[in-house]
Amino acid sequence: MPPERISGAPLAEAKDVSMNFGDTPVIDHVSLAIHEGEIVTLIGPNGSGKTTLVRIILNLQKPTSGTTSWRNNIRVGYVPQHFTVPETIPLTVRRLLRLSTDHIAGKTQEVLEQVGMAYATNQPVQSLSGGELRRVLLARALLRDPDLLILDEPTAGVDVGGQAELYEVIKKLRDDRNCGVLLVSHDLHLVMAATDHVVCINHHVCCEGHPDSVSQAPEYLSLFGAEATRTLAVYTHEHDHHHDVTGEPIQHHDHKHEHNHDHG
Amino acid sequence: MITGDFTMDDFIWRALVAGLGVAAISGPIGCFIVWRRMAYFGATLAHAALLGVALGFLFDVRINVGIVIVCIGVSLLLAALQQQRKIATDTLLGILAHGALAAGLVVLSFMESVRVDLMAYLFGDILAVSIKDIIWIYAGGTACIIGLCALWSRLLAMTIHEDLARVEGVNVSWVRLFYMLLIAIVVAVGMKVVGMLLIISMLIIPAAVARQFAKTPEQMAILASVIGMVSVGLGIFSSLQWDTPAGPSIVVIATLMFFLTYLLPTQQKAS
Repeated sequence: MPPERISGAPLAEAKDVSMNFGDTPVIDHVSLAIHEGEIVTLIGPNGSGKTTLVRIILNLQKPTSGTTSWRNNIRVGYVPQHFTVPETIPLTVRRLLRLSTDHIAGKTQEVLEQVGMAYATNQPVQSLSGGELRRVLLARALLRDPDLLILDEPTAGVDVGGQAELYEVIKKLRDDRNCGVLLVSHDLHLVMAATDHVVCINHHVCCEGHPDSVSQAPEYLSLFGAEATRTLAVYTHEHDHHHDVTGEPIQHHDHKHEHNHDHG
Repeated sequence: MITGDFTMDDFIWRALVAGLGVAAISGPIGCFIVWRRMAYFGATLAHAALLGVALGFLFDVRINVGIVIVCIGVSLLLAALQQQRKIATDTLLGILAHGALAAGLVVLSFMESVRVDLMAYLFGDILAVSIKDIIWIYAGGTACIIGLCALWSRLLAMTIHEDLARVEGVNVSWVRLFYMLLIAIVVAVGMKVVGMLLIISMLIIPAAVARQFAKTPEQMAILASVIGMVSVGLGIFSSLQWDTPAGPSIVVIATLMFFLTYLLPTQQKAS
């Protein structure tokens, strides 16, 4: 663990956890901690055990060995990787947001505006595109006023401009509330400039550290191929550009939501 | 089953009160059966109810209590059997449903002292409902409604995404167990009205009709109750009018309503 990282008791921590499905080790002695005000990004190729690790940290799954711990009384906002509501349940975006037992009443519209989905408040959840649904789920997590955000592929299906916006929302939330964030991504293009700590796993921890150092690490390069550094740079550039122009997350959705399907 | 003297008006009145009570509670619980795709589970509990009737006679307890106990036993047995993966859930449900039904018939055959009107349990005997039955329906129904209101958002959250509900503090195992108890109570008190073979239709048909019109889960639950109650009213009326069996008449009315609403889907979607 690099010395510059925040010390003190972490919000959530997995210590030396391993997970086997049958004889196959999916997680192999991995340790991970998220502190207050810290954005930790978990990256790794498909099938590298990212979602399993997240489920272990969330206590949804018991590890074969190792321990997990949580700081007392913290509120978690979680965006799962897969989320579909069957057509049999009539459910509007507003109702989905108010479903949580301890959400902040009256802020529904505000959080939807933050993620650029205010136009969809009264739409059935089933009518949303994949990218729109990710935004709504993020809004739902924000509505809980979380101490810790755990986001499993929060930008899957969101177009590039929208991704920058969502990362900006997440970063702003961290800045305002000093909450911890665990982001999961299989796609290195998306590692945000605001990430404090990157953990690259492929069943075991390949390398970890500041985004700059990880992107130079030989383990990382062999896992993702040489072009990975270049695309990371490209993304950073795009992100800066977007940020320079607007200064604030901008609203891309003045036209109809069907527009999103083209990009999603 | 009926004690004391009664007039014709009395038994119609009792049938209506009992039927409306069962329909009211079946609405919201039936919605969850539809949402959670548990129709076959509900049918399994209904089949197992006959074993509850038989055990009720055998141990001389009220049959409603026997039914609830057997339904909970079957639910727990199913949960235990689901731990293995070689036999799928629908097969397990089939085994439990028909195994319990057959066991119920066998146990009943042993009791020579008891003359059981099997048809009344299979298809209901709403016109023979007693005041005591009504008290059971409303006591059980009130308990269900109170419990359901208390756990509504947790049950809904877990129906929509179980992991998310768990992360947000819902004790999924307890809520699931509680929900099975609710279905067991509805089966137990609804048995008298439409019988074990038709009770599942009181749960799923009004909910299916309500889906066509509802915009929120709560609307669907209330609408399902109302549709069930209308079916009960019209069913009892047509049963008196044309001398048809009351329980099946109620189900036929509900089924007709279902087809009627789904024949007019284009108007709904346009709105």
